[in-house]
Amino acid sequence: MAFPLYQPGDDPGPSFAEVLRRSGGVPPAPPGPVAEVTHGTTVVALRYADGVVMAGDRRATSGNLISHRSMEKVFPADRHSGVAIAGAAGPAVEMVELFQLQLEHYEKVEGVELSLEGKANQLSLMVRSNLPAAMQGLVVVPVFAGYDLRRRVGRLFQYDITGGRYEESDFATTGSGRLHAGTVVKLGYRSGISRDDALDLAISALFQAADEDSATGGPDLVRGIYPTMATITAEGFERIDEDQVAGRFRHLVERLSTPESTASMGSAPTMDGGGPTT
Amino acid sequence: MTMPFYVSPEQVMKDRADYARKGIARGRSLVAATYADGILLCAENPSSRLRKISEIYDRIAFAGVGKYNEFDQLRIAGIRAADLKGYAYSREDVDARSLANNYAQILGQVFTHEMKPLEVEILVAEVGPTPADDRLFHLLYDGTVVDESRFTVLGGEAEAIAERMAQRYADDLDQRAVLEASTAALAGADRVLAAGDLEVAVLAREGGRRAFRRLSEPDLAGILA
Repeated sequence: MAFPLYQPGDDPGPSFAEVLRRSGGVPPAPPGPVAEVTHGTTVVALRYADGVVMAGDRRATSGNLISHRSMEKVFPADRHSGVAIAGAAGPAVEMVELFQLQLEHYEKVEGVELSLEGKANQLSLMVRSNLPAAMQGLVVVPVFAGYDLRRRVGRLFQYDITGGRYEESDFATTGSGRLHAGTVVKLGYRSGISRDDALDLAISALFQAADEDSATGGPDLVRGIYPTMATITAEGFERIDEDQVAGRFRHLVERLSTPESTASMGSAPTMDGGGPTT
Repeated sequence: MTMPFYVSPEQVMKDRADYARKGIARGRSLVAATYADGILLCAENPSSRLRKISEIYDRIAFAGVGKYNEFDQLRIAGIRAADLKGYAYSREDVDARSLANNYAQILGQVFTHEMKPLEVEILVAEVGPTPADDRLFHLLYDGTVVDESRFTVLGGEAEAIAERMAQRYADDLDQRAVLEASTAALAGADRVLAAGDLEVAVLAREGGRRAFRRLSEPDLAGILA
């Protein structure tokens, strides 16, 4: 590996992706469609009073098979931001690694951190540069969330496969279970929601998505595998430990298994034929 | 026909070395020392924006004295080399020794082949799990590498400062003691350096993947008070 010294007019600046490209470390997009790649699915992020909650299921699928049960889809991007991914697992994890490096590299070269908006734009460029691979089936669609230290608020960004970047005010979802998860969050969301309620809402969203979408994994009580969850606040990215996530799941399951209403008891059709029994 | 003047290689090298040493001596000096909880890097630097000390990788720091644009270019090249290596192989494969070798090649190449040598002295420091595993690679303008184990001084008055440092330095000092020793060595007998005149950073032995921490001016003032 050559020592990367450049002439002043030809310097790649604080971008690690550019240094990597110059050193020949970027593989070309596949020439034809890639079949049977491993996919990861359903992540949600929502804003609450002190910042952002991020959560993702743990299942990876190849076609109709489950290829991995404990995949991580929520990652810290740096101290005050996180990225969650859905889509082709290989390119997605690679994108996260490169994104983490890109932010750290910028910080070291320039001596200051990028603004949150700058980070969101960097990720947008990465998704955009993945478009040729996405056209061959290697789609990666991330969600980016962070705590903006300048504005003192949590912020959320959603993307499309062309690198389009959309800032969301309340919540963002991506992956095959995004519709179900999104609906649950939408119904339960209030602005200024507390941390506890936000965590429970995210868990409920993932549970309902897993209930409806075969590619999304629910809580795995047999192996003790639960969704990855994290909060991002002024104190930084903090992973919620698995015991706590498990506890909240148990609580949700208990609540769901208690009959909510008895209205249908009695008036349901019976084997005895129509009409009230006397 | 005019004949070019003959200059002996000894003379060329000596002139270049004198030139580089003069350039380096114009700037202020820097002390790096290992202590119980890591490595302390302490520079006399009145600017709080133009830095002499910075982070290269998880457990590796860089320090330079002399001409700012020259050592800053080396610093950025080091960050690039380290990040590329960590990306291609693994984070634990990035080490100070190979980085120091790369720097030595560049400095030596420029010293012998270019018109003007680089007027810099640089340090590549790596913190290990115990003080015995700490590495301090001190590189001179001509590519000479010196591997130090306790402390090292970069810059013009290096010998005088190192003598003063040796009187106060001991193994396994705490952070306050090693900072006091370093500032006293940099200042000398007839000066006192305030927090505003210093740039200080540590590579902390414990406390996460990225070991590099800067000590802010209020922190420094608190410790030195």
